[in-house]
Amino acid sequence: MTQGHAKIAKGKKCMGVKFLDYTLRVGGEAGQGLATVGGALAQVFSKIGYHVFTHQDYMSRIRGGHNFYQIRFSDKEISASREMVDILLALDLNTIEIHRKSVRNEGFILYDSEIAKKKFEEPEFIDIPFRKIALDIGKNSVMANAVATGAVLGLLDLGLEALKNILRQAFKKKGEEVIQGNIACAEAGYNYARTNCPRCEAFGIREPEYKRLMLIDGVHAIGMGALMSGCKFYSAYPMSPSTGILDYMASRAEEYNLVVEQAEDEIAAINMAIGASFAGVRAMTGSSGGGFALMVEGLSLAGMTETPIVIAEMQRPGPATGFPTRTEQADLLFILHAAHGEFPRVIFEPGTPEQAFYLTNRAFELAEKYQIPVFIQSDQYLVDTEWTFENFDLEHLIYNDYRMREKDLEGLEDYKRYKYSDTGISPLAVPGEAGKHLVVADSDEHDEEGHIIEDGETRIKMVQKRLLKKLPLIKKEIEAPLLYGDPSPKIVLIGHGSTYGVIKEVVDTIPKDQKVAMMHFSQIYPLPERERFDYIELLENADLTICIENSAIGQFAKLMRSETGFEFSHQISKYDGRPFTIENLKEELHAYI
Amino acid sequence: MPTSEDYKGQVPAWCPGCGNFQILSAIKQALVELGIEPWEVLVVSGIGQAGKLPHYIKCHTFNGLHGRTLPVATAAKLANHSLHVIAVAGDGDCYGEGGNHFLHTIRRNPNISLFVHDNQIYGLTKGQASPTTAKGTKTKIQPHGVLSEPMNPLAMAISQDCSFVARGFAGDPEYLKELMKAAITHKGFSLLDIFQPCVTFNKINTFKWYRDRVYKLEEGYDPYNRVKAFERSLEWGDKIPNGIFYKNERETLEEGVPAIQEKPLVRQKFSIEEVKHEIEKFY
Repeated sequence: MTQGHAKIAKGKKCMGVKFLDYTLRVGGEAGQGLATVGGALAQVFSKIGYHVFTHQDYMSRIRGGHNFYQIRFSDKEISASREMVDILLALDLNTIEIHRKSVRNEGFILYDSEIAKKKFEEPEFIDIPFRKIALDIGKNSVMANAVATGAVLGLLDLGLEALKNILRQAFKKKGEEVIQGNIACAEAGYNYARTNCPRCEAFGIREPEYKRLMLIDGVHAIGMGALMSGCKFYSAYPMSPSTGILDYMASRAEEYNLVVEQAEDEIAAINMAIGASFAGVRAMTGSSGGGFALMVEGLSLAGMTETPIVIAEMQRPGPATGFPTRTEQADLLFILHAAHGEFPRVIFEPGTPEQAFYLTNRAFELAEKYQIPVFIQSDQYLVDTEWTFENFDLEHLIYNDYRMREKDLEGLEDYKRYKYSDTGISPLAVPGEAGKHLVVADSDEHDEEGHIIEDGETRIKMVQKRLLKKLPLIKKEIEAPLLYGDPSPKIVLIGHGSTYGVIKEVVDTIPKDQKVAMMHFSQIYPLPERERFDYIELLENADLTICIENSAIGQFAKLMRSETGFEFSHQISKYDGRPFTIENLKEELHAYI
Repeated sequence: MPTSEDYKGQVPAWCPGCGNFQILSAIKQALVELGIEPWEVLVVSGIGQAGKLPHYIKCHTFNGLHGRTLPVATAAKLANHSLHVIAVAGDGDCYGEGGNHFLHTIRRNPNISLFVHDNQIYGLTKGQASPTTAKGTKTKIQPHGVLSEPMNPLAMAISQDCSFVARGFAGDPEYLKELMKAAITHKGFSLLDIFQPCVTFNKINTFKWYRDRVYKLEEGYDPYNRVKAFERSLEWGDKIPNGIFYKNERETLEEGVPAIQEKPLVRQKFSIEEVKHEIEKFY
């Protein structure tokens, strides 16, 4: 098998240096329940204690076509997907035709010859009558998915306890009969795989040392980050791949007293977030590139009125409608330059769900502290990939309430919303909660009180207050890029956002004497200062600096050049709408390493 | 109790003789008579001559973008429903640029009031046709006359079961004030369309033009009859009715949002401790 584990007897601990590392791909049509099967298996593996990394590849359709859900599981931490798979669970013939070549030697293809309407005799094929078993045992062909899920676990001989619990949870609302039917089908699939697969006899995998692991994807990490930052208002218009945040916030609204509003369009969505924030609550909106394009004037409004908001921009390939369900990092310069006029902004682009969680928290902190718009930028790949973590350290969360209420303004003669100050930060009072003080905000250029002005002198003072005084303070808040690998590298692989995991794993595969390191940016704009960590000097001292991006023109490289003057020596661009896998990034790097 | 002195704001930058002055005095007087203090009211406006209005009243103000008055006002109300929220817009602002928000705010039914300064022309941008400009009106942009039919905001609002639909006239500030008071105290989304002569750019719909046509809906008129209200909203020409055309008692947006039933969102204290258990759901 994968890394020389083919003959490990079940339960026997392998003490060798190599790790267990399997990839399972579940393929079929949209509407067949791939995400249900894949999601259940990912949960089973994580509950047993394996580290899990999943990624989804789906078409923009509700029925038909071809989708897949890939799960990699290992007893070490993993952070990227592989091209080659050990087990292919094919829910239709198309899956076999498309993915057969990606199955490793000695790998398995689980399928139902009745569903595929074709019988394969090669040794890697295991024909399991998913549908017939479902009809015989569960009296319902829908339960074929439970049979298939059970069969995968049977092949691996991992037991059914974890799956049974998941099925009980999943079908709680449908009643005991459905639960028992699904469990019986999973058992039948499990036993069928164990008794009808001669090659599987020797194939048992090492169970990991038990660890309690959480399984979370990028979009839930952003949502939970917002929730734990005191976000009380979320307004958005549905758009892939950002809709998951809206779903999550709505699902938590009742439990945590959130107001979640589905806006009539993205223009309303951002204006609502601004209205709620002006009225005194932490507010957020989210979309993908096309929807964010509609928000641009509102972004400028937040800039002018100094209203704190957090905007999640989950990228997909454009221009226009582009690839609705696929991934790209090509909105960076758009987000950076979006909106007319000059005002400060911060852009974060997390590399992992854990970073997404903390950076969302930090986004709320900086938005309110400096009264500015802050972006959480990500992409379909990170949005949909599930990772396992032992924990997120909640002690690292920040919550400072910068808004002012009656007691904060006690003794103040006249409150001025845009009062000049050394830091450029003016008192942010909550209208109606600040005693008799009145809060006046204006999208026109205004005076300290917030009223319309036309004179140049006040304009200059306001630009200094709103922008120039805040900029250096904001820049100091930005953390240095993360360096992983050789501390004085000859070759630096530069990434930002969702490419973190794959670059990190590729660095791990390159021999140490090659002196390779990854430099990863998750705090994209403003770029970090050089005082604490002179990353430009480090890059200048390397022989090769290769910027790796899901963008045709290399937008991060352009940003770096315009902000620091540094030009990367090489660029690897991927713009087919798919993420880098370990194999294809290594192949790209062969030209250099 | 507040006095009109408490509501004295900045000096208006409108043209002399503008219909907006009467609207301004009516709104101040309405607030005073209702006993609402300046710090209890938020006026949200867009851009246009009407958008400047909150600067001339002393109250909480959000003067946002052209057309975007209603999303800001709706969300502010959701965040703090103890505030009286009044949205102020012009005809281009609300029925043109913000038309989509107008439609969907009627559906949502937040307990806010919308006062539309409807002068049937664009004032701030100097005399182009607005969504309510009469067909055939000649402007610099439409030298052969406006080709589109004017929008009927009242008929549209009634057709969508808007909670309160009324029309007033700047030339009758006393009656306008009463309509404003009714709109502010109505529970639900209230539309008050206000005929506001633009003395500079609209030479057709002048004070005289309106005065010659406007009449009040008769006593005994039943504002709860939607079909009848729709019929009356279509009256246009030599005689144009003013008054409260339509009312209903629909549930408001705030009444339907579970999170704010006990107290306004803005008064709900947050602590990380209280949400920490959320992470357990991911194990």
